[in-house]
Amino acid sequence: MTQQSIDYHAILPELILSGALSLVLVVDVFLRPRRKWLAMPIALVGVLASLVATLTLVGGEPRETFGGMFVVDDFAVLFKIFFLVVATIVLLISFRYFQDGRYYQGEYYFLLLTAFLGCLLMPSSRDLLMLFISLELVSAPGFLIAAFRKGDVRSTEGGLKFFLIGVLSTAVMLYGMSLIYGVTGGATRLDAVADGLAGLEGGRETLALAAILFVVTGFAFKVSAVPFQFWAPDTYEGAPVPVAAFLAVASKAAGFAGLLQLMFVAFIDRAEFWAPVFAALSIATMTFGNLVALQQRQAVRLLAYSGIAQAGYMLLPFALAGGGARTDGLAFSAAVTYILIYAVMNLGAFSVVVALSRESRGLLIADFAGLMKRAPLVAVAMTVFMVSLAGIPPAGGFWAKFFVFTAAIDRGGLGPWLAAAMVVNSVISLYYYLLIPRMMIFEEGEERPLLGSTLVRGVVAVAAAAIVAVFVFPDLLARAPQLATLVP
Amino acid sequence: MSGWAGWAITIATFLPIVGAAVISVVPSEKERVVRGLGIVFTGAALVVATAILIGFDYGAAGELQFQADVSWISAINARYHVAIDGISMPLYYLTFLLSFLCAIYTWRYVPSPGKTKAFVALILLLETGMAGTFIAFDLVLFFVFWELVLVPMYFLIGIWGSANREYAAIKFFLFTLFGSVFMLLGFLGMYFRGPEPHTFDIVRLTEFAAGGGFTRGFQLVVFAAVFLGFAIKVPMWPFHTWLPDAHTEAPTVGSVLLAGILLKMGTYGFVRIALPVLPEAARAWAPWIGLLAAIAIVYAALACLAQKDLKRLIAFSSVGHMGFVMLGIATLTPIGINAAIFGMVAHGVITGMLFFEVGSIYDRYHTREIAAIGGGLMQKIPYLGGVFAFTAIASLGLPGLAGFWGEVMALLSSFAPASGLNVGLFRGFMVAGGIGTILTAGYFLWTIQRVNLGTLPEKWKEHAFPDVVTVEWVSWVPLLALILALGLFPKLVFGMTKEAVDGLLRLIPLA
Repeated sequence: MTQQSIDYHAILPELILSGALSLVLVVDVFLRPRRKWLAMPIALVGVLASLVATLTLVGGEPRETFGGMFVVDDFAVLFKIFFLVVATIVLLISFRYFQDGRYYQGEYYFLLLTAFLGCLLMPSSRDLLMLFISLELVSAPGFLIAAFRKGDVRSTEGGLKFFLIGVLSTAVMLYGMSLIYGVTGGATRLDAVADGLAGLEGGRETLALAAILFVVTGFAFKVSAVPFQFWAPDTYEGAPVPVAAFLAVASKAAGFAGLLQLMFVAFIDRAEFWAPVFAALSIATMTFGNLVALQQRQAVRLLAYSGIAQAGYMLLPFALAGGGARTDGLAFSAAVTYILIYAVMNLGAFSVVVALSRESRGLLIADFAGLMKRAPLVAVAMTVFMVSLAGIPPAGGFWAKFFVFTAAIDRGGLGPWLAAAMVVNSVISLYYYLLIPRMMIFEEGEERPLLGSTLVRGVVAVAAAAIVAVFVFPDLLARAPQLATLVP
Repeated sequence: MSGWAGWAITIATFLPIVGAAVISVVPSEKERVVRGLGIVFTGAALVVATAILIGFDYGAAGELQFQADVSWISAINARYHVAIDGISMPLYYLTFLLSFLCAIYTWRYVPSPGKTKAFVALILLLETGMAGTFIAFDLVLFFVFWELVLVPMYFLIGIWGSANREYAAIKFFLFTLFGSVFMLLGFLGMYFRGPEPHTFDIVRLTEFAAGGGFTRGFQLVVFAAVFLGFAIKVPMWPFHTWLPDAHTEAPTVGSVLLAGILLKMGTYGFVRIALPVLPEAARAWAPWIGLLAAIAIVYAALACLAQKDLKRLIAFSSVGHMGFVMLGIATLTPIGINAAIFGMVAHGVITGMLFFEVGSIYDRYHTREIAAIGGGLMQKIPYLGGVFAFTAIASLGLPGLAGFWGEVMALLSSFAPASGLNVGLFRGFMVAGGIGTILTAGYFLWTIQRVNLGTLPEKWKEHAFPDVVTVEWVSWVPLLALILALGLFPKLVFGMTKEAVDGLLRLIPLA
């Protein structure tokens, strides 16, 4: 048996990030309280260095290491770049929030980077075990930072809820993985799982199908799909707002990245079994999210339910799988495109909430009144985000929905009906997405300038510009997912 | 094609959006600069559009001119394909003319609560969306322009509207969006069932359909989807309920553009996309469309008789006029479709003008209640009264004015609809339409009687109302002249549309 060689270039981004997060933890110990904020620049440099390392991997041949458990291909690189950009934004919007709020900053940045390390590992994990580790690496720090507002009962409650349902669903998922390991005769690599599942018959097949459902459960929790969604609103509400942004964007995207690999690589031959399950999940999730969002008064809860509805839209392409390589490819890239665009618009919206939550804790939608006069730039940007989440031109969110529709119509069969359900949902969602612009623009509020950090304002402006740019040139984001597909 | 010809319509279409960007960096205290820039940019766009109108080859009105076709979204082969033909030209030009006149009107009248900068910028944004819809020859591009008008119009109604503005704005948005997303699904259906390689190009889809490429069952379903989008926009009865609210609440120039241009996007969609790409379904659905149109004509006229609010009355009259347009389209005959396009232009000019006048009447009286105005407008402000009477009479379809040709020809065409359609049924629609014209004449004359004539109520006697002011004359005279010109020389429009319509109908295989 020969010594296994490790491709260090392939894992360089993860190595750098691991180094950075260790450094944050160590340096923090030696910092005086007034200097604790230095943890953020260190973390930021680490993320940017990791981003540079990832960029050196762009366009290269697929690399495998650790016996094929860890793969760096176009799909992985695309998601790594995406996660590192998200990490940069989350760090930027966290800075003032955590500095002002008397939190333990060192620990926070350490935990946040750890979670992002899990995110980076996720799209490279082509093995059940690796997927499990990545998912846990995203979740476990998430439980802690969700409960980071220790003085607030709601934060503790949200964190605990998140933890309990998280652990439960992880257990179910792990059980599913062990069953798959059993029935396929010891396969853990995703391609081996696919081969192993192909030849099953009788009782073993039934068992395998049940196992697939168990595994889906774990990820359905992560992406807050109905009926595993109920932690999301409470947790988002209780958590510090930047953490809510992390959970709503990065953590959810990581779940989808894992789900894409599992469904479109490992389980693709069984699509005729699980695609209808996703159809039901998708419709239930979007309908539930939208209907409940209609009644929200708090901005963060509104975004939480909107995020659930959006997860429903992102689950829809999974319901289209199994129609052959071409339609699978369309569905796959539709899902990826949606995730990318969703991240930009949702991060933008959360950044605006971060900017405003300096004034009021449980930010109500009514607190947005008159924002147009107080901070026109922020108000215009927020309008762009809301219009984009609703999926209407002139905003990038339109293309996100458009590509899902495209894939659904092309699939035929159930596809057009799913698209029609999504259309009705989009119209419903418009009502609550317009609530905030209506408040900001139509209502009069107090006339005092908005105190907000320059960093956050910068993030808001850049995100809004990006959303409009994507609308005009959709190729910016729509081209990459097509090239980075895992569908052969 | 030379460089100018290829890009002229792009320049005209996007000049307003450039204007909106320029205005957004002007400090908001400089109101006059903002209003001036609004006039400059809409004016510059109008100049380019006029150059296109002059450069247009009327001998080849059936062909696409000023064409530009470049790759846009490579992933799905959606292209930036814009061009203009005899069907687009009148509506395209009308867009720039009305927007320019609205910008002039805004020089004096910025509706409460001010915010001139945002107001002018939104109108400019709206102008690009409207103009783009009439030149897009790619379904995705068409849809994007189509949806681009929603957000500006939502804010125009929601911020500058009257008392019930927020309700009206969200209702407008939700109704239109509901229809248009189904329309989008229909477009995607055309894309995937269309020729290989898949295309959104309207010209190629039309050719494909003319060769019998789409199956009948497919056409029937997809037609239903796009019908929903177009019919809500028109709006056809029974999808019209958003319109009276939106019109009544919108600020004056919002109503003018809504009635003048936005509604035409729906009827234009039928002529440009639904008919040629789905010919068999169009034939199958035509009797139903005709029926809805006939109901709309009679219903709107009856509703107008019951209105107490002058602006709401004009809004309902739009439903009736658009009913004539749809009746013309439903006959699937050259006369009917020519009549429809003429009707669109005439309605745009006349009803746009009526909304201007109602806005100006409100500006003087601060009420739109017919009973509160109480008559005697002619004594108090004779020029405004005269102009109003003239436009109202044009609207009821007096021969010699613009409103006449579209309606009479629509009725004429339903006497002899395209072969394969039930002649008796369409003659029934004709009778209904005829009754509608009589009722229309009735309510407009009654309105003139109640508003213009009679003695001036005591309460208005001591108020000093200005008669038509210079800004109003400048923004109205072109429309008044057009009403007369189109009535006397209908060839102004038919000269452009005839060949294009003939070419279009050649593509629809007769049963």
